[in-house]
Amino acid sequence: MSPVLQTHDLTAFYGDFQALFGIDMHLDEGETLAIIGANGAGKSTLLRAISGLLPHAADAVLLEGRPVGNLPAFELSHQGISMVPEGRKLFASLSVEENLKTGADAFTRPGFWSLERVYELFPILKERQHQPATSLSGGQQQMVAIGRALMSNPKVLLCDEISLGLAPVVIRDIYAALPQIREAGASVVVVEQDIGQAMKVADRVICMMEGRVTLEGTPADLSREAIHNAYFGDAA
Amino acid sequence: MILIDTILQGVMLGGLYALFALGLSLTFGVMRLVNLAHGDLILLGSYIILTLAGSLYLPPLIAALVALPIMFVLGWALQRFLLNHALHDDILPPLIVTFGLSILIQNGLLAIFTADSRRLSLGGIEAQSFAVGPLNIGVLPLMTLLAAVLVVLLLNFVFFKTALGRAFRATSDDATTLTLMGRDTRRVFAIATGIALVVAGVAAFFLATRASINPSIGPARLIFAFEAVIIGGLGSFWGTLIGGIILGVAQTLGGSIDPEFQVLAGHLVFIAILFLRPRGLFPRAFD
Ligand SMILES: Nc1ncnc2c1ncn2[C@@H]1O[C@H](COP(=O)(O)OP(=O)(O)OP(=O)(O)O)[C@@H](O)[C@H]1O
Ligand SMILES: [Mg+2]
Repeated sequence: MSPVLQTHDLTAFYGDFQALFGIDMHLDEGETLAIIGANGAGKSTLLRAISGLLPHAADAVLLEGRPVGNLPAFELSHQGISMVPEGRKLFASLSVEENLKTGADAFTRPGFWSLERVYELFPILKERQHQPATSLSGGQQQMVAIGRALMSNPKVLLCDEISLGLAPVVIRDIYAALPQIREAGASVVVVEQDIGQAMKVADRVICMMEGRVTLEGTPADLSREAIHNAYFGDAA
Repeated sequence: MILIDTILQGVMLGGLYALFALGLSLTFGVMRLVNLAHGDLILLGSYIILTLAGSLYLPPLIAALVALPIMFVLGWALQRFLLNHALHDDILPPLIVTFGLSILIQNGLLAIFTADSRRLSLGGIEAQSFAVGPLNIGVLPLMTLLAAVLVVLLLNFVFFKTALGRAFRATSDDATTLTLMGRDTRRVFAIATGIALVVAGVAAFFLATRASINPSIGPARLIFAFEAVIIGGLGSFWGTLIGGIILGVAQTLGGSIDPEFQVLAGHLVFIAILFLRPRGLFPRAFD
């Protein structure tokens, strides 16, 4: 089985500053992959590069084996890569429902997700549908961001720190949606600061440091020490 | 009674200013684009209508209706091939480009149509009026005001009831994130400018019928449009309409004191409102 998403020698720059150094990673069909790493390791940059917000070579990103690395972000969204961006990035002048609809306005693939299904997944959003999205609590806003990304029925869902700044009980509610998201057909990448959370939800984990992948394995395989070293660099 | 009559004339003149301003309000709201060529583009629309009516012998209203899709394509292409390249975080390039465009249009119109004054004749309607009690209401000014109200209603419908309108508002909030939702924001911008020029085309019709025009009057229309937008507050079409009306009333009241004072009175009210309410009267949380 070929991976649904693959990067090959993926690099990314902010001006002269190189943020990614030749990332090779893959995401298998139906898999949940967690990306961990310290602040500034390049996790968000990797997701931004995959989703087309940062330019790079065509064959640096393969979606279902096809080179898509040269496509702009809106095209990649049509191809099936959907992003829950860091900091949620809800549209402030749109209501909850309008935010959700923007996820499917430009393009949508036939599939499980629809407005009704997102409301079933997160019933609180239906109660709040007419409120301005940014008037909701942090956890509810995160639900809107996830729902919006699901509306196009993505093949690959990229989630950037969906638990950041949320209370543990809220984080649990949000991650409770993950099984259904996978069942509906999306393969998922989650960026997580919380290593414990990453280990709990992921089939496989990769750790990044300073723009490189420093460790990869299943949660069962990875020792605390190996993670510590991959996270902060070898003590030596 | 003369006072009420003067105010009424001002309200209807305000409809024209609102038509000048609504396109500007739209492009600014969607993409923070300050189009310094807006007045000249309205004038270009007037000349397109005059040409259609003059050389193709179309009735004026039909000529205007034919001009509207032409204006849409013009706006779309302008945005697609010129302005999109100038739009970045820096606000200066679009100003320079549209300023250059303004000069280009003025000189182009001058070269093609000469500096002679022209006017679109409606065959007498422009002189007609009817009495409501002691007041005299001109048919054409009333049509202008009604057109402005209709344009506001249509724009609000598009903005708040359609997927395109969601894209307009969302791109104004965060264009990058909208691309992640599968929208090509360059196309959204092109459609927005297309619609803005359709509105400019409506304004162009009433501008050319109300009084004679020549290629040099575009920049003054831009100033009135600006003042209407700012008085009303950025991002609200009803606000822009009311801004236009306030400007129109200020001008006719000023003009009733002394004709020389007409335009100046509008500027003074504009400055006073800017001083008292720097964000205009009805600002939306757009910026
Ligand atoms: N827009 C930008 N311009 C310049 N440098 C940037 C930009 N965004 C990120 N960087 C730099 O790129 C590197 C990687 O940043 P990135 O945001 O990808 O890290 P991260 O792993 O997501 O961190 P965090 O956990 O804090 O979100 C950092 O050194 C950061 O300073
Ligand atoms: Mg990050």
